[in-house]
Amino acid sequence: MESPSSLPAGDLAVAREPERAPESAPAHGNVPDRAWAVLLTVLGVGVLCVAALIVSELWRIGGPAIAHAGLKDFVTRSTWDPTRDLFGAAPYIYGTLVTSAVALVIALPVSLGLALFLTEMAPAAVRSIVSFPIALLAGIPSVVYGLWGLFVLVPVLRKDVEPLLGKTLGFLPLFQGAPIGLGYLAAGVILAIMILPTITSISIEVLQTVPGPLREAALALGATRWEAIRLSVLPYARAGIVGATMLGLGRALGETMAVTMVIGNSPTIRASLFAPGYSLPAVIANEFAEASGELHTGALAALGLLLFAVTVLLNIVARLLVRMSRRGPARVRA
Amino acid sequence: MKSVAGRRAVNHVMTALCALALLLALVPLVSLLWLVISRGIAGLSLDFFTAIPAPVGEEGGGVGNAILGTLYIVGIACLIGVPLGVGAGVYLAERGDSRLGDAIRFTAEVLSGVPSIVVGIVAYGLVVLPMRRFSALAGGVALSVLMVPTLARSTEELVRLVPHSLREASLALGVKQWRTSLKVVLRTALGGIMTAILLAVARASGETAPLLFTSLNNQFWNWRADQPTASLTVQIFNYAVAPYNDWHEKAWSAALVLLILVGSLSLAGRLLSRNRLR
Amino acid sequence: MNTKIDVRGLNAWFRGTHALRDVSLVVPENTVLAIIGPSGCGKSTFVRCINRMHELVPGARQSGMVLVDGQDLHARGVDPVDLRRRVGMVFQRPNPFPTMSIFDNVVAGLRLNGVGNGLGELVENSLRQAALWDEVKDRLHQSALSLSGGQQQRLCIARALAIEPEVLLMDEPASALDPIATAKIEELIHELRESLTIVIVTHNMQQAARVSDATAFFYLGELIEHGPTEQIFTNPKETRTEDYVTGKFG
Repeated sequence: MESPSSLPAGDLAVAREPERAPESAPAHGNVPDRAWAVLLTVLGVGVLCVAALIVSELWRIGGPAIAHAGLKDFVTRSTWDPTRDLFGAAPYIYGTLVTSAVALVIALPVSLGLALFLTEMAPAAVRSIVSFPIALLAGIPSVVYGLWGLFVLVPVLRKDVEPLLGKTLGFLPLFQGAPIGLGYLAAGVILAIMILPTITSISIEVLQTVPGPLREAALALGATRWEAIRLSVLPYARAGIVGATMLGLGRALGETMAVTMVIGNSPTIRASLFAPGYSLPAVIANEFAEASGELHTGALAALGLLLFAVTVLLNIVARLLVRMSRRGPARVRA
Repeated sequence: MKSVAGRRAVNHVMTALCALALLLALVPLVSLLWLVISRGIAGLSLDFFTAIPAPVGEEGGGVGNAILGTLYIVGIACLIGVPLGVGAGVYLAERGDSRLGDAIRFTAEVLSGVPSIVVGIVAYGLVVLPMRRFSALAGGVALSVLMVPTLARSTEELVRLVPHSLREASLALGVKQWRTSLKVVLRTALGGIMTAILLAVARASGETAPLLFTSLNNQFWNWRADQPTASLTVQIFNYAVAPYNDWHEKAWSAALVLLILVGSLSLAGRLLSRNRLR
Repeated sequence: MNTKIDVRGLNAWFRGTHALRDVSLVVPENTVLAIIGPSGCGKSTFVRCINRMHELVPGARQSGMVLVDGQDLHARGVDPVDLRRRVGMVFQRPNPFPTMSIFDNVVAGLRLNGVGNGLGELVENSLRQAALWDEVKDRLHQSALSLSGGQQQRLCIARALAIEPEVLLMDEPASALDPIATAKIEELIHELRESLTIVIVTHNMQQAARVSDATAFFYLGELIEHGPTEQIFTNPKETRTEDYVTGKFG
């Protein structure tokens, strides 16, 4: 029996529900048992306290900065100048969204293709062999990805990929401008690599819940394997795959080090993917330690609060989707 | 009418594309591992493991203090995070079938998606501000928060896997509830829990962002929990973004050391679970 | 009468189990063959060899020959995709596509083959053949899951019939249904016989006696006896057959 802890971190626990354990007897009048029960309850509630602390601290430090600028201005203005107490978060929000979008556009087809390949096309032995490199990918620290990105990916983008894209697709504003390697595209590619294991492993779990008879129904009608996947497997797994993608998105939004090292750290809003930019986690990473004054720190914390709110919301919706998809499409309107 | 040949062709193309996806996924992995090993190994020496960083322009130096710092900070994180996480997990498994238990479980799941840098800000507010200094303690607090959700979830699953009959047999023999939980249930689940802890430690050791403004960094050896402390990850970051080429080489070597550390912890964790398989 | 299905020395294995041992029989065109026998005797495996679904099971192997219209199913150039359009299958448990409407379910096979016109008429024909039209004609675009179990099974039959197969394989099609639904399906088989050749696996001997022209009795992977239905049930040649049909075991 495989230990659940031998799988890539907490994400995988999502797709598997804990069985309801038989209830243990309530602690009766003896002291040690009562103390034990209290201890456990305290530790359990401790988790709730941690969550509460996170929210309260972010609000305590970041709240004043939002109040100072006004929420609407805070998120729409694009000037970030700590020396003049001007804090507009727009470039960071923009950068976070753009890099995450690029990451999804790249990662989703690759993850889905990989998941389909492993569950529907390749022999089972391949799946267990490939789970090892996928776990490896998931376990590499962000800063090492950043290192590789900075010294390997960025030069490749600068010298080969971006000039090529500029030549072929340069009519699109997305691919215009001087290729320096650092920028939204580099960050997007690195993020794609980093969220690939998440989306792939959850998608595999979701795909494995598709009942065999459903596939057989399509095959018996004279469908090719791909047609059977399109007819039976994908519609059934749709909600779960959407959930997996959202979880991947959540990771991408909060990813810090790899992005910081390749995005170029320029607080601007530019249309081209070749341009340097900035992201919410990146600016926090770069400025927080030496923030000049309470307002500056507060503004950065407010960025953190924003990030927190969005990722938590995304996470909740995503996990609900994955959970619902396991019960079959009859209950899901995806 | 579509021809069967055409449909077959589509089938083959899609299969090829999906196989291509596998290749695309493996290329960055292979490239990264290859580069870290090939560019990092040159800089490895006894000195590298035991010395502190040399000042700019000087040769030599190492990441000895950073390795120690990482172990120190992660150690503090374990002191806080392991009892809390494992304890919460045991709570959820033994007494968690209630509204409160559901709330805690849900919270743990949601917490596992919080970006690590945000947790760093929280630790800043809770520890750095009152102490008025950056410290290993603050870093440890940040990392402990990151460890708790996964530990709780894994522990819950593992404890639930322990057969109810074991628990019943112990209770039937007159052993008290708390002793049953501790000695019988936890001992049975211990292997899995150790694995979960090792994996959580591996993950924590690889974190950078929350340390940037909690434990900060330190160019010297540090044994005090209330001082800024070096860590491998932060050191790699500093080396990588610096304008000196020889520091870039140090970054690769330090990255190799980090991968060895994280890899060994993960491997140990998985080997442990394999040995304990029933 | 023409031979539609010709099985010669068929052996089949999956996961190390020798599921079928040297089975040979002939099914004439436009007749109904019932396959009976106790659980695990290879009935389903046999039927799944006729539309090459058996080979999809991991670890599956087979030897011997299966011919449909004189053509070896495993000859070079025979495409299982094309074969399965000509040899349709209905499964034990209804398995309509859950995310599709009734209409879309029926035309699923047609769409695979690129048929886009005249779908409405084709749907009506198939549903009438499956004796389901009157019950669903006003709600063709509702989800297939809104139907009862018996209706879903008839929907699956309509889906299989829509692509106009020559042979219909039915693997215990009524085992999950109530008596009324079962009766409807048996009526259906009577009518379909004129245009199709049918092989039906069944646990229910009375059903076999009711619907089939010939019956084959399988036991532990072997074909024990095969003959006209009336003879099998009233005057079987083999002792084991007699024991089974009189209920001494099974």
